[in-house]
Amino acid sequence: MSEPILQVRDLVKHFPLTQGILFKRQIGAVKAVDGVSFDLHKGETLGIVGESGCGKSTVARLLMNLERATSGQVLYKGQDITRLRGRALKAVRRNIQMVFQDPYTSLNPRMTVGDIVGEPFDIHPEVAPRGDRRRRVQELLDVVGLNPEYINRYPHQFSGGQRQRIGIARGLALRPEVIVADEPVSALDVSIQAQVINLMARLQDEFDLSYIFIAHDLSIVRHISDRVAVMYLGKFMELGDEDQIYEHSTHPYTQALLSAVPVPDPAGREQRKRIILHGDVPSPAAPPSGCVFRTRCWKAQERCAREVPLLAVPEAFRGTHGPAAHPSACLFAEELKG
Amino acid sequence: MTSSPTALLDVRDLHVAFRTREGVAKAVNGVSYSVNAGETLAVLGESGSGKSVTAQAITGILDTPPGFISKGEILFKGTDLLRMSGGERRKVRGAQMAMIFQDALSALNPVLNVGDQLGEMFVVHRGMSHKDARAKAVELMDRVRIPAARERVGQYPHQFSGGMRQRIMIAMAIALEPELIIADEPTTALDVTVQAQVMELLAELRRELGMGLILITHDLGVVADVADKIAVMYAGRIVETAPVHEIYRSPAHPYTKGLLESIPRLDQKGRQLYAIKGLPPSLLRIPPGCAFHPRCPLARQVCRTDEPPLYEVGPGRRSACHFWKECLVERTDSSGA
Repeated sequence: MSEPILQVRDLVKHFPLTQGILFKRQIGAVKAVDGVSFDLHKGETLGIVGESGCGKSTVARLLMNLERATSGQVLYKGQDITRLRGRALKAVRRNIQMVFQDPYTSLNPRMTVGDIVGEPFDIHPEVAPRGDRRRRVQELLDVVGLNPEYINRYPHQFSGGQRQRIGIARGLALRPEVIVADEPVSALDVSIQAQVINLMARLQDEFDLSYIFIAHDLSIVRHISDRVAVMYLGKFMELGDEDQIYEHSTHPYTQALLSAVPVPDPAGREQRKRIILHGDVPSPAAPPSGCVFRTRCWKAQERCAREVPLLAVPEAFRGTHGPAAHPSACLFAEELKG
Repeated sequence: MTSSPTALLDVRDLHVAFRTREGVAKAVNGVSYSVNAGETLAVLGESGSGKSVTAQAITGILDTPPGFISKGEILFKGTDLLRMSGGERRKVRGAQMAMIFQDALSALNPVLNVGDQLGEMFVVHRGMSHKDARAKAVELMDRVRIPAARERVGQYPHQFSGGMRQRIMIAMAIALEPELIIADEPTTALDVTVQAQVMELLAELRRELGMGLILITHDLGVVADVADKIAVMYAGRIVETAPVHEIYRSPAHPYTKGLLESIPRLDQKGRQLYAIKGLPPSLLRIPPGCAFHPRCPLARQVCRTDEPPLYEVGPGRRSACHFWKECLVERTDSSGA
């Protein structure tokens, strides 16, 4: 595989919990992201799935440096961007852009589409000379499948799917190498979701983009991703290519997650086996000791409370070359026998 | 749809519209469906298809004005709900027919503890004392498997997680053992693992109590899991109704077919998804003829002028497409491989 474009090492984000009004003292921390590492290669899509509160959106914000990491590194072409400020940060951000979930609140209602999509050029004037901007914006609208004549319209005049296209056009304006998309289609209807997913796939080929694709919908993530990371309470539970995760998962959380997804086919629904997890996700302010998933895991043993399982190829599969040999943070990792 | 005389709920030719500043928005345009006792009907549609407005008209919680029911009948066990007085309807609602909403946090009262909210059902409808009602509330919370019910009965909605709140909504809906439950996107706001818990609970209670269930959703996966029959809605009309197995095997309407093909599937990997072109119409300007024709691959001249009736396709199956035969044939071909 090609050079990694992003290397994330032991990324941690703890939000302090404080008490007192005048004299604030820290009484704890919400461990939103707690030691996440991965690489993103050129032209690749890495999907990050997890339930609400697992920290996947915080990872996205850390990659953009919208949130300062507590510790750890995000290396863009070898340069750690978590410590950058000012002009150097601005220069890096040109190459890493974001597409947000909610196309209703992420577009300024008082700006025209032309201003929204063209705004990145105000911040990075070197990309497009002033006289050339209108043409560039129209090109961008055309690329994402919007009529270039709509350049003077306002966001409210567009449907949800069209607004998401505007958000994507804005993300593309500076010709970035990496796009971090945080739940880009979850607010859209089924028939519109497919249009936007197809658009993103086409743009990836056309502009050789690398995607971080964050979503809670496992089917969509499988569809678009080359590799997938499964996240729970601030940690990666399992990481592998699309086939390894969806067909040969070894982590109990991934297995439960996959079995919970309703299959859109009623044939054989009576025979379908389903792992129902009990209880709720624990608070990230007080995660369980050892393996964070153990409180909901049906395999949990005493050892799981004492040892923190590392994200590595489990011992049982080390040295084998089958699809089950991929990183999985479980002491008792095994494939589920269907 | 077939309306047997024994149907628990029989909606006939319902029309609902809203007066807006820009004109009259026709949200529901001649919807008919029926549910029998113990049966699960899934009403499937995207936003703006009229699926929730139909439910609001059935339960009598439609905002009037701006909404109004211009035509139609809603027969509950043979009696037209639309001709009942407010008081009579209130007796039906809650005791015989209950609703579960998508967003439990805004559907529950934030300043009343859950015990009071659950108990209120028994105080109002059954004339119980507050003490007895409290005991009933604990019993219900046990029934929907909320752990430590006795300790948690005095807590407020914000102290429960999303899944637990949805269980409280379900507890409230089944409190008086109604004959019909209408669940409007009951799991849309929940994570998949919690969704699986809640759907399982709902299906189990429905079986135990023999209730009829109308499940309103946009999720083709959830529908495939629990429904007996399906009504697909588009722009305020039913475009197809069928028993669940038939509709997934061979849809008889191009819209249903498009929906089924446009969802990515967990067990399949592919680059290109089938996408229905264009956008759903504005309810202020529903296209003439078949409302789906601007987006339909099969559309011809007749579709632009003549509104298709619900053609009988097979037993219990109807499709509002002039060319339903073509649609059926195509899918059988493509899935034959």
